[in-house]
Amino acid sequence: MAHAGNGYKLKVENLKKSFTLHNRGGVQVLGFQDISFSLQKGQLLAFSGPSGAGKSSILKTIYRTYLADGGRVLFKRGDGSEVDLASCKESRVLDLRRREIGFVTQFLKILPRISALDAVAHPLIETGAEEEEARRQAREMLMRLGIREELFELSPLTFSGGEQQRINIARGIIAPKELILLDEPTASLDEKSSSVVLELLGDLKKRGIALIAIFHDQRKIEAVADIGLCVKRSE
Amino acid sequence: MLLELNRVSKIYGTGCGRCLELTGEDSDRAICPVCSSVVAINGVSLAVEENEILGVVGESGSGKSTLLQLIYQDLAVSEGEIFFNGITDRSGRKKNILDLPPAPTAWIRNHEMSMIYQNPHLGLNFNFSAGGNIAEKILGSGERCYTEIRQRALHFFGKIEMPLSRIDDYPETFSGGQQQRIQIAKALSSSPRLLLLDEPTTGLDVSVQARILDLIKALQYEMGFSMIVVSHDLGVINHLTDVTLVMKNGSLVEYGLTDQILEDPQHAYTQLLVSSKL
Repeated sequence: MAHAGNGYKLKVENLKKSFTLHNRGGVQVLGFQDISFSLQKGQLLAFSGPSGAGKSSILKTIYRTYLADGGRVLFKRGDGSEVDLASCKESRVLDLRRREIGFVTQFLKILPRISALDAVAHPLIETGAEEEEARRQAREMLMRLGIREELFELSPLTFSGGEQQRINIARGIIAPKELILLDEPTASLDEKSSSVVLELLGDLKKRGIALIAIFHDQRKIEAVADIGLCVKRSE
Repeated sequence: MLLELNRVSKIYGTGCGRCLELTGEDSDRAICPVCSSVVAINGVSLAVEENEILGVVGESGSGKSTLLQLIYQDLAVSEGEIFFNGITDRSGRKKNILDLPPAPTAWIRNHEMSMIYQNPHLGLNFNFSAGGNIAEKILGSGERCYTEIRQRALHFFGKIEMPLSRIDDYPETFSGGQQQRIQIAKALSSSPRLLLLDEPTTGLDVSVQARILDLIKALQYEMGFSMIVVSHDLGVINHLTDVTLVMKNGSLVEYGLTDQILEDPQHAYTQLLVSSKL
């Protein structure tokens, strides 16, 4: 494990999570435990491991969609202050999600009545960009990801799985953030699209953005990751 | 912090000093076994920040609407304090707005807060035209110049995507969805800091629901007011809100980020609610 002292962007300490299903007699299901690592600016950490090992759960716990049972998720904000995402107030998390921490989900979750272009432009507009400029950048990003222009004004929910995932990635990475979490970003993509995405992730690293991504493919990991963590269920 | 509730309770009946203790989450009832009073709201504390959207979920009878009515002061609180918008007393301590005299209370209701009701008959005066309803709210918030009032009414009528030519028509000549839109225009015409919505789209067609939720979301984004949205529909909560609180028997049983409540519910009751989503 890389110890970065004070120079870290994210430091996860002894994170653990289990689920208690009250309506199933209180049965407990372990999500994950003993997760610790440190990530610097401009680094990419790749999670790999068998299905069901807890990789997505770890990402969601970092993002606060899941509540940790124990451990800390220390995030160094752009202004240098530190916050424990696992225990800070909800309004703080909301603020961080708006401005500093992004999440690319495994599947596109979007309202049906928004066009692909607007969906990708929106995160830029949210951070203060002018609408015209945001749409221009969105256009560029979509073209780079190989989305046909005739689809720009249509709802992405009518697109193929691979196209949807490319819209999802575009949305997740277009606005400047400090940390971006990506849940299986290349899972539904063909070789060509995957390469573009890996290139884009490389660009983000050069801009100093810290990234955590789940990959299944060892070659992809070797192409972009600075740190690799394999998550396994302990038997 | 825009709004803060501190142990707010609402009891219907004589009350006996043990009502709060003997009802609520743990006892699984809202009626006091000693004096038969109904504890509609049991010691609820919450906070809403600027530009934040809070959802309130729970089954019928959980106290969701009552909570909104207490905040808007349609109903009187039995116990507890409400702090709002940095209002302080002379020594600089935050002031319980429930202790304010009538004039500042009216100011808050007319100017700083607005409410949209599930039933348009509660939020609109059917004896006034659509424009008249909006104008009434603008008048209540202090504007006295007729031209100004008319301009603002037209402005907000346009914002809810209604044809301006219909502004002088009466509410009964509009559909349910349109009546809700008029309520929205009326509620926003005073540029409130906090908008309260009580089941704003329940009973409307799905497509109408969708358009109205999109409209509310767009207006909130543009104008930056905070909202408290009461709904039993988790889809509405998911669409609109940042944080959510869950109510049962008048008590607050869980509070958290909306995605956390929906994907990692902690409380048994929340898990039941979330698993009931069709």
